[in-house]
Amino acid sequence: MTAVSLGMPALPPRGFGNISATEPFPKAAHRELGNGQLRANLGHATHTIRDKRLRVVSELPDWEALRDAGSAIKTEAMSRLPELLTQFEEQFTARGGTVHWARDAAEANRIVEGLIRETGSSEVVKVKSMATQEIGLNEYLEERGISAIETDLAELIVQLGHDKPSHILVPAIHKNRTEIRDIFLKEMPGVDRSLTDEPRRLAMAARAHLRRKFLSAKVAISGANFGIAETGTLGVVESEGNGRMCLTLPETLITVMGIEKVLPRAQDLEVFMQLLPRSSTGERMNPYTSLWTGATPGDGPQNVHVVLLDNGRTRALADRHGRGALHCIRCSACMNVCPVYERTGGHAYGSTYPGPIGAILSPLLTGVEAEENSSLPYASSLCGACFDACPVKINIPEILVYLRGEDVEAKHGRGPASSGADGKSNGRRRALPTQMDVALGAASWALSSGDRLGLLEKGLPVARALAGRDGKISRLPGLAAGWTQSRDVPAPPSESFRSWWKKRAAPGEGDGAARGGAE
Amino acid sequence: MSAREEILARVREALGAPEPVTDSLAPTGTRGAGSPDLGDGRRSYRTASGLDEDALVELLIDRLVDYKARVEVVGPDALAEAIRARLEGKRFVVPEGLPSEWLDPSLAAAAVRDSRKAPIAVDRLDELDAVVTSSAVSIAETGTIVLDGSPDQGRRAISLVPDHHVCVVPVETIVGIVPEGFARLDPTRPLTLISGPSATSDIELERVEGVHGPRTLDVIIVR
Repeated sequence: MTAVSLGMPALPPRGFGNISATEPFPKAAHRELGNGQLRANLGHATHTIRDKRLRVVSELPDWEALRDAGSAIKTEAMSRLPELLTQFEEQFTARGGTVHWARDAAEANRIVEGLIRETGSSEVVKVKSMATQEIGLNEYLEERGISAIETDLAELIVQLGHDKPSHILVPAIHKNRTEIRDIFLKEMPGVDRSLTDEPRRLAMAARAHLRRKFLSAKVAISGANFGIAETGTLGVVESEGNGRMCLTLPETLITVMGIEKVLPRAQDLEVFMQLLPRSSTGERMNPYTSLWTGATPGDGPQNVHVVLLDNGRTRALADRHGRGALHCIRCSACMNVCPVYERTGGHAYGSTYPGPIGAILSPLLTGVEAEENSSLPYASSLCGACFDACPVKINIPEILVYLRGEDVEAKHGRGPASSGADGKSNGRRRALPTQMDVALGAASWALSSGDRLGLLEKGLPVARALAGRDGKISRLPGLAAGWTQSRDVPAPPSESFRSWWKKRAAPGEGDGAARGGAE
Repeated sequence: MSAREEILARVREALGAPEPVTDSLAPTGTRGAGSPDLGDGRRSYRTASGLDEDALVELLIDRLVDYKARVEVVGPDALAEAIRARLEGKRFVVPEGLPSEWLDPSLAAAAVRDSRKAPIAVDRLDELDAVVTSSAVSIAETGTIVLDGSPDQGRRAISLVPDHHVCVVPVETIVGIVPEGFARLDPTRPLTLISGPSATSDIELERVEGVHGPRTLDVIIVR
């Protein structure tokens, strides 16, 4: 029962890189929850951005219309992707740029390394980019003797602290000012030893540290928020000006962009440049946005490249119930409103993409069965706050539930080989039945017949013996132990409702509910 | 198969039988068959603000001040004096296409002139205190000023490296909202959208104005 034997096309290959959880989410979350400082920092930060976002979103009378348009444009872009990618390539090339294609993380890293080698440079400046984090570009280059310097303040804090980003927009959200000052004092060459933990002083220390790098850099690496098929234009949305420095001053500019970032028309920017800043930082507009099209003679980098990255995106696209996750514009609004993210932080998700969007995107890029990503779709209470906050209306809760189903199918599927929702076989092997399978099988047997249930109910008084003097059961065996780890179960009643009803119900007395309803 | 061929093949296969949405923002009824139901009037968001000039200027000023930019409104006759007051005693660069009447004769001689043909080196720009440019479009609702690399705005580097940007906004370049702004721009020019001085909120979400871009933004609206 493999995909091939059914004559079905195999799924596109999975993505690799920093998109896999290395331990189950519950385990990672449990550890992170023990960090009181982290929880305090996160609570403050997520609530601050949340309030700002609500304020600026409520200013726009047409916010819902913009969300609808954003969602429609993304749906269109995905459905026309082959055509739009080739059009983008044509336009970018016609205006003096070079387009490269990378099937996965390893290929993208090799391409970027090759382009840097051609320039003879061994140091590059970087604009914050999710795509290059996803493919682990910095680590790859470092191992090969090329130092990649992060220039976004938060990314710099993370890099100097030998740490990992924990948020898409504010990667150092888990560090407070004092922790940041300590990192700077320890790791920033030539830093003023009298540095205080005042944010302004810290930002100025970063400015001084990076200024020489910017002015002397020969090569810059960026991601892209948008790629416009119609014109071959790329765009980077930022705040600090480090992006402008990288995109303007070096001779060579290499951009790594996921293939799903392409938009059909330049006019579509009028929608996304309203949705993104307000959803992301809660500002009416971010301080700086740069748009460039190939190379402009006499202005900015003349050696301009873009690497179009798949790395599992086509796999996500092949999943018609999950492909909506590719509409994501990386604003991070979903993590700021998520009750789970707010408590565990981004590291617990184990992937470059944390929070609600990460809980669907990571397993879609790698396949839900890869590593520990199968635990990510459960990292949610399904409260739906992420759906409401999403500027392009990705139905995250629905995809979470769908992926849970896929995970169950993969692990406990019954009958013929489990199949994806599109009807294609995914060729997964069926695993041995677990305690859950056995328990659910038993429940199904019991609940499907009144007689069987009645018989079982006679055992209720026995179960009462498990309860303590307070009438609560505080420890259940086996799988159910997970439930009682943080909760008590009330002892079962001495008699079942059905048996009590049978004894008391005299003719004509059974319509109490109907009477109550008529009052 | 090359990576390009393979990725395109994967995308086609992933999409299955193609029924592309031809134009998601076209008026209802003109969409291609098979497009998802996107509801009526997909461009039902605002495309014009309907504000008059007074309201546009007032709104733009409000937004710019909120971003901690310094704003001044002057008549055409007072522009040169306003620029002079901002630059007195400073070393500054101007793009070659800056209208000559904008610079007071006492300043004109001191100005360092930059062009695509004769660009000033980055290290030299770093020694200068300020830059004066015009601008292509300003969007009042978001307090956004757009530079498009025209001769009166110059290369992107000159409005980036010096720490003080004096930016002139002719009143006729002000529009109300974002769609009106993009409608006036050529996306293939190098575009820089500026909304206040550079800023970061990376440390405990506390906003700090002025990081790598010019830390001082002076806006002079000419009307």
